[in-house]
Amino acid sequence: MEAVSPATGSASSMLEDVIVEIKDLTFSRGNRPIFKGVDIKIPRGKVTAIMGPSGTGKTTLLKLIGGQLRPDSGDIVVEGSSVPSLGRKDLFVIREKMGMLFQSGALFTDMNVFDNIAFPIRVHTQLPEEMIRDIVLMKLQAVGLRGAYDLMPSELSGGMARRVALARAISLDPNIVMYDEPFTGQDPIAMGVLVNLIRRLNQALGHTSIIVSHDIQETLSIADYIYLIADGKVIAHGTPDQLKTIESEQVRQFVEGLPDGPVPFHYQAPDFLEQLMHKGVSR
Amino acid sequence: MIDFMQKLGHRTLSKLAAFGRSGQILFQSVVAKPAPVMMFPLLIKQIYFVGVLSLIIIVVSGLFIGMVLGLQGYTILADYGSEEAVGQMVALSLVRELAPVVTALLFAGRAGSALTAEIGLMKATEQLASLEMIGVDPLRRIIAPRLYAGFICMPLLTMIFAVVGVWGAALVAVDWLGIYSGSYWVNMQQSVDFMSDVVNGLIKAVVFGFVVTWIAVYQGYDCVPTSEGISQATTRTVVYSSLAVLGLDFILTALMFGDL
Ligand SMILES: Nc1ncnc2c1ncn2[C@@H]1O[C@H](COP(=O)(O)OP(=O)(O)OP(=O)(O)O)[C@@H](O)[C@H]1O
Ligand SMILES: [Mg+2]
Repeated sequence: MEAVSPATGSASSMLEDVIVEIKDLTFSRGNRPIFKGVDIKIPRGKVTAIMGPSGTGKTTLLKLIGGQLRPDSGDIVVEGSSVPSLGRKDLFVIREKMGMLFQSGALFTDMNVFDNIAFPIRVHTQLPEEMIRDIVLMKLQAVGLRGAYDLMPSELSGGMARRVALARAISLDPNIVMYDEPFTGQDPIAMGVLVNLIRRLNQALGHTSIIVSHDIQETLSIADYIYLIADGKVIAHGTPDQLKTIESEQVRQFVEGLPDGPVPFHYQAPDFLEQLMHKGVSR
Repeated sequence: MIDFMQKLGHRTLSKLAAFGRSGQILFQSVVAKPAPVMMFPLLIKQIYFVGVLSLIIIVVSGLFIGMVLGLQGYTILADYGSEEAVGQMVALSLVRELAPVVTALLFAGRAGSALTAEIGLMKATEQLASLEMIGVDPLRRIIAPRLYAGFICMPLLTMIFAVVGVWGAALVAVDWLGIYSGSYWVNMQQSVDFMSDVVNGLIKAVVFGFVVTWIAVYQGYDCVPTSEGISQATTRTVVYSSLAVLGLDFILTALMFGDL
């Protein structure tokens, strides 16, 4: 199916300064295709959201951008260099410009909160310790966890760990920040704070933000541009207002959160009734 | 039949591929580019975890094995009326064989399994992936210090094992069974040669340390990142490194003492 995008003119004018470009990407896990020809352009200095049903490969997409996975075909260009063709060393260089919030948080369990956030700064800069201290406290203040600086990751709640991970992802002020599900597990207050934080970082520091999320309302309120992916393809893209006006049933279902429609809620599986009749699960 | 051959070929290929990957990990983390300044504090910490924390088990086992050797040696040698030679027997068997082999086996169980589980869990919780995204090579930050710590600690632990064992044997043979202590020590000094016994024993220790640590970090780094995968990797570390140590011990012994 062709991707739906009304008012392509205004969209492409916005997309002139592209920092990440994904061209005709295909990728499969084993023999299950995850992406079948995806084109995405991420404009510099904007908040771009990537949305789609669970299991469509949003996390996979971020890992492809970060060069942790290699595509089967197609290209991913970040700031002018083609990530899949970079050698190990250049890959580490380009990753210094990226920050990534992992879906699982992925804090270093052998360091406390403070050292976790200070880690990227210590590795990549020669800043004096007092300055690092100030930066870390600032980041912690921004996510509302300054009081938790000396806790170990095992002593944090799920939502707190995610906010610490967010503070770590932005500690070096990278050009590109990728947030994998920043809002899950947050109470409404923290959620509002995070939405503001991401917005502010974006405006104040000119970061490019890539957000992967299911939280439609928050994402619509924060994103400048949205890509909807389902079934290995981009099914629609546009600004939040444009998306709201798209008539496609598939898009409507996702934006309005309807349980049933053309976007399958289920992981691909044999017919349910048939499987029940045959009693048992064949592997 | 064809099915069987196919399976065999597939297994062989995947084993070969695994061997290649482990070599690549070794090369990229250690051989390619050591970074001493960054490494030093990390190395100290790993030497503590890998070496110092293994001390207790090494000392206790060394003591008991030495005591058993003293007792067994005495009863056997007493039949020939040459119980004074117990010092020589204990020292040679410890320095040449028992110290490197038993230390390596204990090291695989104590430190190797811990290394595998730790690295495997780091992989499962995406800590390795997030290091990569921060722009730090986990091979150099996580793997290399652990490898070096293993290489450094194994020979030291082996020496400690041998010394404690000799002392334990003296405890039994001299203090308990009443051999004249002068003949225990003089016999030992006269028969143990520094180059051919002590150094060869240490060469074994270095080789075993290298192999065990390599297997341990490779199994951790390459494991399936689930709890089941980690437990299997830990088991494989202990099994493979024990087999490798025993097999290599035979080869090294043949080369060193076999007069081939
Ligand atoms: N390591 C892996 N090995 C094999 N298949 C995988 C692996 N990781 C993910 N997959 C598969 O790839 C698909 C995409 O996974 P991914 O984690 O990118 O989904 P997602 O869009 O981030 O979902 P969610 O919103 O639930 O986080 C899933 O269907 C999953 O089954
Ligand atoms: Mg995901």
